[in-house]
Amino acid sequence: MQKLLLLGDEAIAQAAIDAGISGIYAYPGTPSTEIMEYIQASKQAKENDIHRQWSANEKTAIEAAIGMSYAGKRAIVCMKHVGLNVAADGFMNAAITGANGGLVVVSADDPSMHSSQNEQDSRCYGKFAMIPIFEPSNQQEAYDITIAAFDFSEKHKTPVLLRITTRLAHSRSGVVCNMKRNQNEIKLPDNTKQFILLPAIARKQYNELLEKQKHFEKEFETSTFNEYIDGKDKSLGIITSGIAYNYLMENYPDRVCPYPVLKITQYPLPTKLIARLADECKSIMVMEEGYPVIEEQLRGLLNRCLTVKGRLDGSLPRVGELNANAVARALGLPDTQGEAIPNIVAPRPPALCLGCPHIDSYKALNEATEPYGKGRVFADIGCYTLGALPPYNAIFSCVDMGASITMAKGASDAGLNPTVAVIGDSTFCHSGITSLFDCVMENTPITIMILDNSTTGMTGGQKSHGVGRLESICLGLGVEKEHIHILNPLPNNHKHNTNIIKQELNYKGVSVIIPQRECVQTLKRRLRKQRK
Amino acid sequence: MNIDIILAGVGGQGILSIATIIGNTAVKQGLYLKQAEVHGMSQRGGDVQSHLRLSDKQIASDLIPTGKADIIISVEPMEALRYLPMLKSEGWVITNTNPFINITNYPEESILMNRIDQLSHKIAINADKIAKDLGSARSSNMVILGAATPFLQLNFNDIEYTVKDTFIRKGQDIVDVNIACLHAGRDFAMKK
Repeated sequence: MQKLLLLGDEAIAQAAIDAGISGIYAYPGTPSTEIMEYIQASKQAKENDIHRQWSANEKTAIEAAIGMSYAGKRAIVCMKHVGLNVAADGFMNAAITGANGGLVVVSADDPSMHSSQNEQDSRCYGKFAMIPIFEPSNQQEAYDITIAAFDFSEKHKTPVLLRITTRLAHSRSGVVCNMKRNQNEIKLPDNTKQFILLPAIARKQYNELLEKQKHFEKEFETSTFNEYIDGKDKSLGIITSGIAYNYLMENYPDRVCPYPVLKITQYPLPTKLIARLADECKSIMVMEEGYPVIEEQLRGLLNRCLTVKGRLDGSLPRVGELNANAVARALGLPDTQGEAIPNIVAPRPPALCLGCPHIDSYKALNEATEPYGKGRVFADIGCYTLGALPPYNAIFSCVDMGASITMAKGASDAGLNPTVAVIGDSTFCHSGITSLFDCVMENTPITIMILDNSTTGMTGGQKSHGVGRLESICLGLGVEKEHIHILNPLPNNHKHNTNIIKQELNYKGVSVIIPQRECVQTLKRRLRKQRK
Repeated sequence: MNIDIILAGVGGQGILSIATIIGNTAVKQGLYLKQAEVHGMSQRGGDVQSHLRLSDKQIASDLIPTGKADIIISVEPMEALRYLPMLKSEGWVITNTNPFINITNYPEESILMNRIDQLSHKIAINADKIAKDLGSARSSNMVILGAATPFLQLNFNDIEYTVKDTFIRKGQDIVDVNIACLHAGRDFAMKK
C-alpha cells in the first residue's frame, strides 16, 4: 500500500493499471490528457506491457477498446467530453453488445469551458446509451471507483462510463493505492453472437440491456458509493453529485451539514434513496456539476408534487462550474468576497508562442487572401485557433475536429471562391482525411493549409500520427502532385510562401499547402533532452 | 493548521515549481493537501493560477472560496492584483515586482507599483534582480518562495530540504544557488 500525490486523472490511470488493464486507448484532449500520459510514463505499465499508444481519434480509440474487451481483457478508453461525440457510434452500440473483459470509458467534462467549445454533460450520453455512470467526487474516490468500475463491468457484462470534470481531473491530492491485480487471459465471449448487432440479435440484446437496468439500479441503492447522510433539519434535503459534494461541505467547517444529504456517485439514479429524501424533507435542492441532469429527472415536466431547487429555478447558476460561494448563496449562508480586481488589470488571453511557426503561416495567409476580403478562412481546433485573436484576426470558424475542410467545401459548393481551410497535422489525421477525400471526389475549388508542427501542440505536445506522412496521405487520396506544396514557415521565406498561397488560391481545384516546422515547445524540450 | 494559497503568474513562468515544493514539504509533515492546477489552453502565455490548500484536517473543496485565501504568491505584479477577490481582508500578497509584458495594454509601471504599494499586507520584491545578482536569473521563483516562507506555517528547514531534494539531480552548484535565492527572499521578507 502506498500513498501518492496524484491528479484526479492520474488517480484513474494508476487505478486502471492496478485493476489489471491490458490497454489504454485515447486521443489527447483537455482535461483528460494526463490519464494516458501517466500510463505512458509508468514503469509498472511498461513492465506489464500495457498497450499505451495514442489513437488517431476517439472513435478508433473506443473501437480498439471494445475489441480488447471482446478478447476478454480489460481496457480503458479516455477522452474529453466533445471526444465522446466522435466516439458516440461505438459508445452507443457497445451498450447493446455489452462487454466481455472489463471496459471503462472515461469522459472528462469541462464546465465553464476552460479549454473547450461547449460544456456538454457526458452523463446525458450515459443515460442515452443506458450505460451505468460512475462519478467520483475526489481523488481517492477516483482511484477506488475506477477499480470498482472494472469489477462492475465484468460482473454485469456492460461498459461503464466514468465521468469527471476539470477540477477533479487537474487537482492533486494524496491517494492510497491498495490494489494489484493481474491482467486477464484471452477469453472469447461465451456467446459467440454477443458482438454481432444484426437486427435479430440486436433486438434480443436490447431487451437484455433494458433488463440490466434493474440490476444496475438495485446495486446502486445499496452501494457504498451512493451515501445517505442523515441530518437534523428536514426543511431541506440535498442531493449532490460528483465534486458538488465538496463545495457543499466546504461551507461547514466541521464537515457536518444540518440537512440530510444524498451523495450520488453512481447512475442510474437510486430511486429508493431519493424517495426517502423526498419523503423526509419538505423540499429538495440538487447540486450537480454540469447540466441539471438529476434535477430534470426529479422535476419531471409538470413538477406538481415536489419542491425541487437547483440550477433550473435559479437557486444555483444555470451555466458554468459550481463553487463553494455559489452553494453558500443558494443555502442562504454568508458569502465572502475579497477586494474587487483593480481596473488597471488588463486581460491576458492565451497567445501563440514567440517563434511559433503558425505566426509565419498566418502572416503569409493574411497577405495572400487580402485582395478577397475577410471571412474566407475556415479553421479548426488546436493552437492555431488562436489565429482568431489580434493581431492575426486570420480565421473565421472553429466548430469541431476536421470541420475546417468540410465547412470550406460547403462554402465553396455554395459559390464562395476562393475558400481556405486551416487545420493542424494532428487534427487532420484525427478527422480531416475523410473531409479531404470528399473534396478530391468532386475536385472542389479549395485551398487547404495543413499547419504541420509535427505534434499535438495545444494539449502539451503529444505524438501526432501525421509526422512524415502528410504528403503521401494527400497523394494517396488523389490530390494532384503539382498542387501539393511543402513550405518552411520562416520570416525569411515570407514572400515565397505568400506567392505559393496566392497561386493556389487561383487554382479551381483541390490544393494542399503544408507549412512544415516543428513546434517551438517540443523543439525546446527535445534540445534540453539532447543536452543531458 | 489551515492555509489557503493562490499561486499566480503567466503560463510558462513555472508557478507549479513553487507549488510542488510547498506541497511536498506539507505532505512530509503529514498534512492534507489539495492543489488545483490550470492545464491546456491558458498555458500559452495567458494568466494562470493554482489553488494550493494545506490543512491538518481533510480538505473539502479543490478550489479556495473567494475572499478566503490567506496568501497570494505571484511571480508577476499585475497577476497578483488579478486575484484580490480571492484574498481575505487580513491576507498577504507576496509578489515579484518584475513585470512580464506580453500584451499591448499592460498598465504603466508606476501606476501598477503604486497600486501594489496601497495593499495593506504585502511583500513586493524584485526577485529577478536578486536571483540575477546571485548568479542564476532562472531561480527568481525560489526568491519568491523564500519571501513567502514566513507566512506558510511550515518548518523552514523542511522547505530548505525539499528545495535541495528538488535540485540535487542537477548538481551541487544548482542546489547552492537556489538555496541562496531562497534565503535572500526570506531575509527580505523578515526585514519588512
